[in-house]
Amino acid sequence: MSTPVKAPKPGPQAKTAGTQAAKAQPARPKAPRPAPPLGAPAAAPVLTGAQAVVRALEELEVEAVFGIPGGAILPAYDPLLDSEKVRHVLVRHEQGAGHAAQGYALATGRVGVCMATSGPGATNLVTPLADAHMDSVPIVAITGQVASTAIGTDAFQEADIVGITMPITKHSYLVTTGEEIPRVLAEAFHVAATGRPGPVLVDIPKDILSGTAPFVWPPKMDLPGYRPTTQPHGKQIREAAALIAEAKRPVLYVGGGVVKSGAHAELRELAELTGAPVITTLMARGAFPDSHPQHLGMPGMHGTVPAVHALQKSDLIVALGARFDDRVTGKLDTFAPEAKIVHVDIDPAEIGKNREVDVPIVGDCQAAIAAMTEAYVDPGKERLKTWWETLDDLRGRYPLGYTDIDDGLLTPQWVIQRLGELAPEDTIWTAGVGQHQMWASQFIKYEAPGTFLNSGGLGTMGFAVPAAMGAKLGEMDRTVWAVDGDGCFQMTNQELATCAVEGIPIKVAVINNGNLGMVRQWQTLFYGKRYSNTNLSTHHSEASPRIPDFVKLAEALGCVGLRAETAEEVDAVINQANAINDRPVVVDFTVGPDAMVWPMVPAGVSNDEILYARDVRPNFDDEGEI
Amino acid sequence: MMSKHTLSVLVENKPGVLARVSALFSRRGFNIESLAVGLTEHPGVSRITIVVDVEAGSLEQVTKQLNKLVHVLKIVELEAGSSVQRELLLVKVRADAATRGQVIAAAELFKARSVDVTPDTVTFEVTGNHDKIEAFLEVLEPFGIKELVQSGTVALGRGAKSMASLSRYVSPNS
Repeated sequence: MSTPVKAPKPGPQAKTAGTQAAKAQPARPKAPRPAPPLGAPAAAPVLTGAQAVVRALEELEVEAVFGIPGGAILPAYDPLLDSEKVRHVLVRHEQGAGHAAQGYALATGRVGVCMATSGPGATNLVTPLADAHMDSVPIVAITGQVASTAIGTDAFQEADIVGITMPITKHSYLVTTGEEIPRVLAEAFHVAATGRPGPVLVDIPKDILSGTAPFVWPPKMDLPGYRPTTQPHGKQIREAAALIAEAKRPVLYVGGGVVKSGAHAELRELAELTGAPVITTLMARGAFPDSHPQHLGMPGMHGTVPAVHALQKSDLIVALGARFDDRVTGKLDTFAPEAKIVHVDIDPAEIGKNREVDVPIVGDCQAAIAAMTEAYVDPGKERLKTWWETLDDLRGRYPLGYTDIDDGLLTPQWVIQRLGELAPEDTIWTAGVGQHQMWASQFIKYEAPGTFLNSGGLGTMGFAVPAAMGAKLGEMDRTVWAVDGDGCFQMTNQELATCAVEGIPIKVAVINNGNLGMVRQWQTLFYGKRYSNTNLSTHHSEASPRIPDFVKLAEALGCVGLRAETAEEVDAVINQANAINDRPVVVDFTVGPDAMVWPMVPAGVSNDEILYARDVRPNFDDEGEI
Repeated sequence: MMSKHTLSVLVENKPGVLARVSALFSRRGFNIESLAVGLTEHPGVSRITIVVDVEAGSLEQVTKQLNKLVHVLKIVELEAGSSVQRELLLVKVRADAATRGQVIAAAELFKARSVDVTPDTVTFEVTGNHDKIEAFLEVLEPFGIKELVQSGTVALGRGAKSMASLSRYVSPNS
């Protein structure tokens, strides 16, 4: 997964990778440079730790840092003011900085950067770090720390952020000398971006930022224990190709690794060559075009009937950069009982973690898929005929759909579908977490990788707005729509102020059903309609006005606020929002609270128990015949 | 089926490395039975010996997760038959004029050394594998054990090869 979504601008790893990058080039700082102390390398300028951080970020070709200053990180903000290469975006909450860095990374394929001060600043980054860890997003978080001498004394704004984030970062550093700043930052970017990508934290005490040290660039990286395997094993590739050629009911189960690896073209080639059906997980939507006839949609708890059934009845699952997550497999011991498994992943720990594997392939998806295509000898498509007949039949009988609920309010699925249909072609979508996220996955059509950014593993409500901000900053000439819920939106909407002030014109569709919709859906289905603490009062009623009024809130945050309450208004309002490019736009779509996400595999049961709609189990009339 | 396994883990001697390793075990739900850490023949490289009680499948998973830690250089599982495994025990036993002779005779059978003597007690030092230590304690039990301390298991593979002999696993800077 070392190759990003898009052809990256020259990345940090290219410049500093390997152990021979030691050729110290004379650095030429713009700032007047103090005389080097005795003993320092002749050509190395002496910089403050803070200047070293900013210089290193410039050398690493960082174009944006999302953050908020505070006591311990304060020294770093002084040279940042002078940098002509690194733009700092002043967010309103550190969580926003972290998700923005994620959005930037997911949209551009480059490492996203966020910055915060010690203590509460750093702890506010915990959620985005955990999110990036679960979804393998390359970000680097730089935090200020109390002075070295004060560490361990419970000093003001002290928190052991390295300790706190140890289980949710790919790696982390507590910097102990100024000299190591360039090396640590070069390593942090390298570790974040290569292998299975992930978040790296760099914690720098204030006295190190204020003190001085020689600045040597490029630094020599020292990572003897870090050796990601990217090239797959030839023998296993041949075995996998042979299994695909033999299989009568194969499925290509595509996960986020294919997107991270930039392997969508290779995937398409393999799919078309083998004729196998393709399913894309929530993290892989867009890795294979939704319009492609071999695409069955998303698997899992809210997957399509054909996708869930295809996995369940398969005799060969080829997992590509996917990890057999519980939301996909349902009850694990009844998952795909007849399937052999080929599992490709760059992370060896994923292989065999949840499901035993017949052919393990450790390596980068792009290299592995290309090699499988090369090794594959096509025996003809006749053997897949029955399989496709079964799946096509299910596709015909159980397409994704919804029914209008006659409550005088908008139908949320239809609103989201219209958003997708009316948006410019290369629009980037982000989503929060809940019903709107599932509908955004189901009813917007994704044709290209990296066009649907959302929080899959951690399921972080509030992801959409700050992630959209980061994505938009990285891809200024594309439209970025955040599909959000009224619950999610109230967690991070303060970043709209950032967007308005910094000139980052994102668009937000609040699918406002007045409730924590997914929780309410579970209360409807599993808790006897006892709606405990799910009503958010964001709908207008006789008893109360909208609290808050999202249109007024948008205006207060420097955005255009629009509202659609009737079907007739929807297209016009969406078109109006699409036409605004000088400011962020928020559209409050007042939708009904009773719409539910279907299909659904209830938690903890077998995927065989999928429900197409409430109390409607699909009729798999071919059962036992294939 | 749960069984005991001894893992030898070479790590870069960096701040926090022990915390990273032990936290990984607890986070993934594994119980560490014993743990010993110390320097090695290579400056900058430490060796952690971990004894865990796990199922075979889980052992593979925890090993893979350990391998992902950037500071971990190499992991091997040392089987009892092909390795030397030792623990150190210090034990303070009640021993007065009447019983001292018997206590010392018992200790001699286990090649334990007396390292401190008082009118009422003797303190022994003994090394051996887990079973030997257990057996020694069983013999001392009737005399009255006042206090004891045990080290974690340390282990080396038998034969000429060394775990760190592959130079690429050793940091050139350290």
